[in-house]
Parts: sequence; structure tokens; C-alpha cells
Amino acid sequence: MLVIHCPFCGPRNESEFINGGPAREKRADNPNAYADADWIDYLIEAPNPLGPVTEKWWHVMGCSMWFSIQRNTLTHEILDYANKTHD
Amino acid sequence: MTSQLRRLASGGDIDRSKIIRYEFNGTRYQGYEGDTLASALIANGVSLTARSFKYHRPRGIMGAGSEEPASFVELLDDDASSSQPITTVLLREGLRAKSVSGWPSLKYDLLSINQLITRCIPAGFYYKTFKWPNWHFFEPSIRRIAGLANAPKQAPTKGQYESRNWFCDVLIIGAGPAGLTSALTAARSGARTILVDDGTNPGGGLLNRTDKVNDKNTSDWITSITDELDSLSNVLRLQESIAWAYREQNLVVVTERQPAAELLLQRTWRIRARQVILACGAIERTLVFANNDRPGVMLASAVQAYVNRYAVLPGKRAVIFTNNDSAYPVAVDMIAAGIEIASIIDSRTGPSNAMRELAGDIEILTNHIVASTLGRQRVRAVVVQSNETGNPRSIPCDLLCVSGGWNPTIHLFSQSRSTLRYNDDLAAFIPHEAVQACECVGAAAGEFELGQILADGIKVGARAASDCGFKRVETSVPSTASSAPYSIEPLWQVNSSETSANAFVDIQNDVTLNDVHLAIREGFGAIEHVKRYTTGGMGIDQGKTGGINIVGAVANRSNVALRDIGTTTYRSPFAPIEFGAIAGGRENSALLPYRHTPMTQWNKDFGATMYESGARWRRPGYYAKNGETFQETVNREALATRTNLAVYDGSPLGKFDICGPDATKLIDILYTNLFSNLKVGTGRYGMMLTEDGRILDDGVTVKLGENHYLMSTSTANAEVVHRHIQHFLQIERPKWNVWITPITTQWSNATVCGPNAREFLSRVESDIDFSADEFPFMAMREGTIEGIEARVFRVSFTGELSFEINVQSRFALKLWERLFELGEPLGLTPIGSEANHVLRVEKGFLSLGHEVDGTADPYDLGMSWIMSKKKVDYIGKRAVEIRRSVESPRRELVGLLTDDPSRLVTEGAPLTPSGRLEASEGFVTASVWSVASSRSVALALLTNGRSRIGQTAHIRLKGEIVPATITQPCFYDADSLRMKN
Ligand SMILES: [Zn+2]
Repeated sequence: MLVIHCPFCGPRNESEFINGGPAREKRADNPNAYADADWIDYLIEAPNPLGPVTEKWWHVMGCSMWFSIQRNTLTHEILDYANKTHD
Repeated sequence: MTSQLRRLASGGDIDRSKIIRYEFNGTRYQGYEGDTLASALIANGVSLTARSFKYHRPRGIMGAGSEEPASFVELLDDDASSSQPITTVLLREGLRAKSVSGWPSLKYDLLSINQLITRCIPAGFYYKTFKWPNWHFFEPSIRRIAGLANAPKQAPTKGQYESRNWFCDVLIIGAGPAGLTSALTAARSGARTILVDDGTNPGGGLLNRTDKVNDKNTSDWITSITDELDSLSNVLRLQESIAWAYREQNLVVVTERQPAAELLLQRTWRIRARQVILACGAIERTLVFANNDRPGVMLASAVQAYVNRYAVLPGKRAVIFTNNDSAYPVAVDMIAAGIEIASIIDSRTGPSNAMRELAGDIEILTNHIVASTLGRQRVRAVVVQSNETGNPRSIPCDLLCVSGGWNPTIHLFSQSRSTLRYNDDLAAFIPHEAVQACECVGAAAGEFELGQILADGIKVGARAASDCGFKRVETSVPSTASSAPYSIEPLWQVNSSETSANAFVDIQNDVTLNDVHLAIREGFGAIEHVKRYTTGGMGIDQGKTGGINIVGAVANRSNVALRDIGTTTYRSPFAPIEFGAIAGGRENSALLPYRHTPMTQWNKDFGATMYESGARWRRPGYYAKNGETFQETVNREALATRTNLAVYDGSPLGKFDICGPDATKLIDILYTNLFSNLKVGTGRYGMMLTEDGRILDDGVTVKLGENHYLMSTSTANAEVVHRHIQHFLQIERPKWNVWITPITTQWSNATVCGPNAREFLSRVESDIDFSADEFPFMAMREGTIEGIEARVFRVSFTGELSFEINVQSRFALKLWERLFELGEPLGLTPIGSEANHVLRVEKGFLSLGHEVDGTADPYDLGMSWIMSKKKVDYIGKRAVEIRRSVESPRRELVGLLTDDPSRLVTEGAPLTPSGRLEASEGFVTASVWSVASSRSVALALLTNGRSRIGQTAHIRLKGEIVPATITQPCFYDADSLRMKN
């Protein structure tokens, strides 16, 4: 079980959080401007590296904040809490 | 009852004044306090204690601790538990145990015929043989033949399990010489220290040997350390506790098997430590030769433990077979206990002079090996062979002590993802690089010299405490007699003409050298493949004594160095752990507590059968009156709603208060339909999609004021919707100003429905005008009802005139009771979720999980109108458009009327073309008895269903095909005049 540092609540057990998958670029303001294939890519292509990945977590059993961490998927090491919240 | 003929008159850590009676395989015996089941059986001369897993070979006790590879027992009665190593079961009064294998009895095992057909059950046998039709078909008989224990029939009744989350600065695993010194050093510095040990008493390997520390017996020295530890408030000592999992970020899971608390069976600790010290010692290895599994073959260290600690004699005349120095001191202790040693067989050419001195008069056959053992249910002789001449010679004996060297216990270290390396001097894998804040010390680090172990313990303890920020405190190193350095020459298997079919590399799983060779021949030579193919190194003992011999066998056969082969991955649990200990208190409803509305007790008192309605909410299913059947009850409740007056508890519905300058923008992008033109005081039914175009939820959102909304969601989906909205707001549109408050439990409601609902509410004391003109469909009114502040929504999930009266939860029961007081004379009927289900199916209203199954989109459900054409964007819009741009048959929502009007079908039943045995073309989503139509009605998702209305569909059930006419998915008041009235 990971210890995840919620920027609002501090270090808490992983069981208080829900993983929201890898971070991606922000949803477009106008999806209609995308070609079909590009929008499909946006929907289904997600980074899944062996190594560091920036991913989203939701502190559901705490403050309800969404934030990102950088985690090494190979070692479970949490590398970076910088850029904790989404401005 | 047999007396303890194999017990020494004095010595040992047992209390001869406390006689314990126990039963093993139906026979009653006696032992002493301090015994394990294994030592107490040895005391009584019992040597046949198991039958093997696959071949049903006779097996005895081989080890003295959790490394035991041969004998496993099932505990009976209140202790009910399966597959415990016989060596770790503490003896206690009334203990009843039986071997997990052996049928009908150990001595006359009918299945031992398997021994003769060894060739028929080679490695990979299970994979090759039981592929068809599936494993479960064979499992019960295999289980019986294989001798796996049965799970206890019922949970323990006398007590419970418990778990604790804990933390500390320094966590030390193992209270041997290294663990004790590091714990003391860390504790003296002030660090919060936990010392975990799996033994009954602290001391680790010291307990089994006759070393001296500070010129005192080790027991005195151990007591002096534990006394000091116990006097410190910053120390927690967990004895009889097994550390079995090492997870990320220094989380170690420990199960305390004998917690000092009444009615507590076991307690599991999840300890988060800043520094972990692994002082788990080392485990002796077996040697691989023919019939190395016969009862009477034991690990040398185990024999040492039995004679010194338990004062029992596992044999009278012994041969010792070794490839290293550690067996020589064992010989000394055995002689002191009165065991005759026929010979020491040393595979090395030259043991050191120090060893020869230790052995004294004992015959040492150097450069010799044991080729095989003789005997039936017990060793009666060993066949010894010279490596030079190859000449065999038989030596009579009833005990063969084997020592293949020592493996540092690196299981937890490896579980922590830290790396190992092969050490040639020790012929073992030892800790290499730690990737978490942990360090191995003592034998676990590959150091076998006591003086050095004590010094290292102090050093590592001080380092760990100082890394946690505590200042170093001087601890002097205890003095010990110096001993010769440990020396070993690896012997992964003996070279002899004897067949390798009976040379076991994994005794618990009956894996032989032949099996390893077969795996390599068949292309499964990588060490992880060998493990899967042969099952070697799996199972209860996890290959603690023999795992490395498999690596050695692969190395020999493939001509690769051990360092290049490596080990298989070490996994938790380190030792067998009961499921109860893992679950702790989280059983039944305690795992996920139920949620109750304020009306729960009232509902129960009124005779409700309570259901879970999603997200752990308890809701009434139906309120059966005296003698009513289920169907009669549901019919009565549904009919009351259609013809008169009913009320239901709709409190569990998800509710969110949404406000802020950008609230309207948010609502508009969340829902598929337009909300920005909604007027204050009115609500609208909306549908939400995920970004990939699946239906997420539906519900009514009411506009409470400018930029202020109240959103309701389905009960089960409230959290998912919350996550969805928060994600969108915080991740996708962080600049939007919206505040969301989940208020599901803050508000409760009583939903009054039925044609007489308006008439009834006009009699209730209220400042709200319930007249049709003043309170139209989909409107919201605020006011007081019977003195309670309320928000009333005119929404309907039943198809009838309906008012949802929302009040603060603390007033909900008062409102509910008052409504009943007033409504009972009018026939006000409380209805449960079953009647609700009937009413919504009659009306063709959607239910998530029924009609909305993750594939349907609003078009499929006949709701194209809800997909706004005006809005440029909403979540899921593009995905649905893209999917719909390709013509493909879709499953569409339809109604079904079975030809037999009384026929109800199982929800989920498949529809197939003409009822043939073919791929289904849809399924029944709901089937109920309609009180409005006085017949059964059903909803279904059916391929191209809308174009087939009027035709016949076929529901394919087991042994029966039910024809039904396809209709519109609405059986009642198609124009919705009643609810809009
Ligand atoms: Zn938080």
C-alpha cells in the first residue's frame, strides 16, 4: 500500500484514494475541431510506461481533491509531488 | 497412552511439571509445556507423520520451524485451520491434529500405489492431463488424492480476529542475536522500536545451540536484553508473530498468533516503519540424493534444536551428511544427548582441522556422499559412496542428519524488491542492494559467526536510529568464544548411479531431479518456468529448504553458473497465514458498513424486508402483511400507487448542491440535453455520458436560483458521478468557478405518489399550494410541511402524480410519521423497491444496470430527443457521433409481451433468432407482473428491435423457448397524462 501525499491532507494511505489513470492533455474546448481519428486517439490512447508516469489521484476518503503525482510503475516509488494540483 | 520414551531426563526449555495431553491422527499422547507438536511427537517416537502430496510416500518431520517441507497438519475443533507446518504448532491441552495427507490412514495409505507409477505423474502432469473440460471438473478428486487439507467448515466461534495499523521508527524482524542487539541499540537511542519474532521465546538460533555470550548461558543474556527492552516505553515486542509481507514504502504485515487478549484469536499488524532491519536468520538446506525424503532424514540444525531445546531424541544411531562446517557442532550436541553417531559423511575432500578436532572420535568419511537411504516407513540404513572409488557401503542407522549449507532468509528483503547476489564463499544468494529503507543483518546478511553477528547488530541498530534522527548511544559488544569461519563446498546433487527419480529437490511438492530435467528438455528451462512447470518451490513451504537445489540442478544440467540463473521471485506470505487473520474485523457487514435512512427502524417495525439498493444503502424491498406472499405484496403496493395513494422512502438518491458563476456552464456540459434555458424553480430530467459515449447516469436537476442547482443521481452511482464531476472541474476546467457539495445524507425524502396525492397533500398543514395550476409537473416549491422546512419536487418515477418532499434528515422521520398519521385513514400505503420496479417497468422508465448496461446509448433507448442538437459540445457527444457514423446493427429497447400472459421470465434471459441455439440477439432486461395490464410485461434490448415491433421474439431458457410479441417499451399511459396531470 502506497503512502500518497495529498497536497491538502498530507501523507495518507492509498486506500483513501482512487486512481484516475495517467495524466493527459486537457480536454479540448471544441472537440468538433478534431478529426474522428484524432478524437478516438484522445479517448483511448493513454500513456502506459514501464517507469515514471504522471498520474491522477482523487482523495475520495478525504478532501475530494484531484491532484497528480509522478510514480515509477516499476518500483512504486513516488518521484515528484511538484505541480501537485491543477492550477 | 504412550509415555515419552524419547525424552531426556533433564535439559531443554520445556516444563516437565506441566503435562499436556493431545491427539494426533486419532491417537492420544502426552507432551510438556514448551513443546511443539513436532517435538512432542518425536518424544513419543512417532516418525511417520505425513504422506506426500503426489506419490503418497511416507514422510516424517524434517525441520524444526517454518522451513518444514514434509509434514503439515490440519487442526481440528476450535482451532480449525488447515495446512500448518507440524513444527510451528504449539502444543496445548486438548489439541487435536491430523495429517493433511494420507487416506484412509498414514500406515495403510491406499494411494501410495502412486509411488510405483511415478513415471505416470511427471512434471507438467496437471497441465497436460486436465485441460478438458476444465480444471474444476477434476479438482475435488485431485484434492483428495493430492492430500490438500480441507478448509474448515465454519469460522472459529470462540473469538475473533483483529487488525491494527501501526507505525514506528525502527522495525526489527527476528529476535536472534542480531535482532536483539540492533533492537536494544535502536531502543536506547529513543527511537520508537518494534521487535517482531516468530518464535515462542526470543533468541532465534541461540535457543537451539549451546553457545555462551558474556560467559553466560545464552538464555541469561537473552533475558537481560528483553528485560531492558520491556522496561522501555518506546519499545513494542511482538513474540509468536510472523512478518509475512513486505510492501512498498516500508509497510510490513505481521500476524500475531497468540495475542495476549481474551477472545482474540490472532491480530494482524500493518506496520509502516521508517527503517526496517531484517534479522531473520538463515535456513538450512537439504541435500539431493535418492530417497532423501524418507522419515528419519532430518535437517542437522533441526536435530540440534530437538536435542538441545526440547530434550528429545529423534534417533538412536545417526549418520551425518554434510558439505559444510555447521554440522560438526551438531554432532557434538547429539553425542552429549546420548545419540550414537556412526559416521560423518563429508562431501568435501578436506574439512578443517578445527572441525576434525570437534568431531573427536567420530569417523569422518571425507570425499564421500550418501547415495541413498534404505528402509520402508523409516530409515534403517544409508548407502554411502566414495567419490573416488564409487564403492558403495551400507551403514545402519535410524537417523540421517543432512546439511546442505545455509540460505540467508532473504524472503522479505526480496519482497521489498531489493536485489540479491550469489556469493561463492557461502554458496548462497545474499542481500545485494536495498531499494527501500531496510538492511539485513546477521545470518540474514550471510554472516554466520556469532561474535561478528552481535557487533553487526549494534552497528545496524545504531545506523537505523540515527537515520531516523536519534543520537547514537554506546552499546558494548558482548563477548563470545571465537569460532572458526564457516566453510562450504556446494553440492547441489550427489553424483551416483542411483536413480534420480526419487531424489527430491522439493519435498513438499514431490518434485524430483527427473522433473527438473524434464522441464529443461521440454523447453521450460528458465528458472521461473521450471518453477511453474514442476511446481518446485511453490506451496506452503515456498521451497525454503530446497529451492536453491532446483537452481543448482538447473545449473548442473544447463552448465550455467548459479549467479546467472538467479532465483524465482519471492512472494508473500512468507508462511501460511489464516484468511481470518488477513480479513481481521472486516467480515460480513463490517467490511463495508450499511447505510441507513432515518426511516430504517420505522420500516423494519412496519414489516419491511430490507434490501440493498446500491452503494450499501438499505431500503425496504416490500412490506408483507400477515400471510401475504411476495407477489401479493408487490401487487398490492403497486396497485395502491396506481389507484390511490402511496409513499416511499427515496432518501438514498444521490444529491449534489452545485453553485457558482460557472454552474450553468458545468451542468450544460455534463448533461446531453440543454439546461441553460431552465427557469428557476423548475427541474429537468437529464442524461450524462462518459467521454467515450457510454451512459453514466440519469436523474433530475432542479434550478434553485441563479447559478444554483440541485442535482440528483441514481443511488448506486452517486460516488461515480461525484468523481466524474470533480475530475472535470479540477482537472479539465480548473478555472471554472463552481462549488459542489455532496448532500446525499443531509437531505431525506418521502415521495408521495398516486392519483390522490394532491388531494392528500392539500389536507397537510403547509404553505405550499399543491394545485395543478400553481404546482405544475417538474416544478419545485419551497415551504413548510407540518412545520418542517421542505423542498418539494413534482417529479415522477412511477408514472403517477408524485411529490418528492425533501427535508433535512433529522426531521425526516418526524415528517414520515406525521404523513402516516394523516394518510392512514385514506389508505396511504408504504411501498418498497419491488413495487417501484414494477411501476417503472410498466412505464418503460430506465434503470441503470437493467436497460443501461454499458453498451446502450440514448438512441438505442429511444431517447434521441435527449441528445441536444443546439449544444455545440457536451461530454460524450463526439464519441457517440463517431460511433453512430458507422452503420451497424444496434440493440434497441423494446417491450415484450409473452404469448402466455402469466409467464414471467428471468431478467437477463437471452433472446436468440427463433429461439435457436445461436448467438443471442439481445436479452430481457426486466420482467414483472403488471398490475395495470393484469399480465406479465417485460423490457428487452433487442437487435434492430424498433423495426421489429409487432413481430415475435424468442426467449431461450433452459429446456424451453418462450415466444413473445415485440412492443413499444411502455405499457401504461403512453402519453404520460397521469404524471403530468
Ligand atoms: Zn486530501
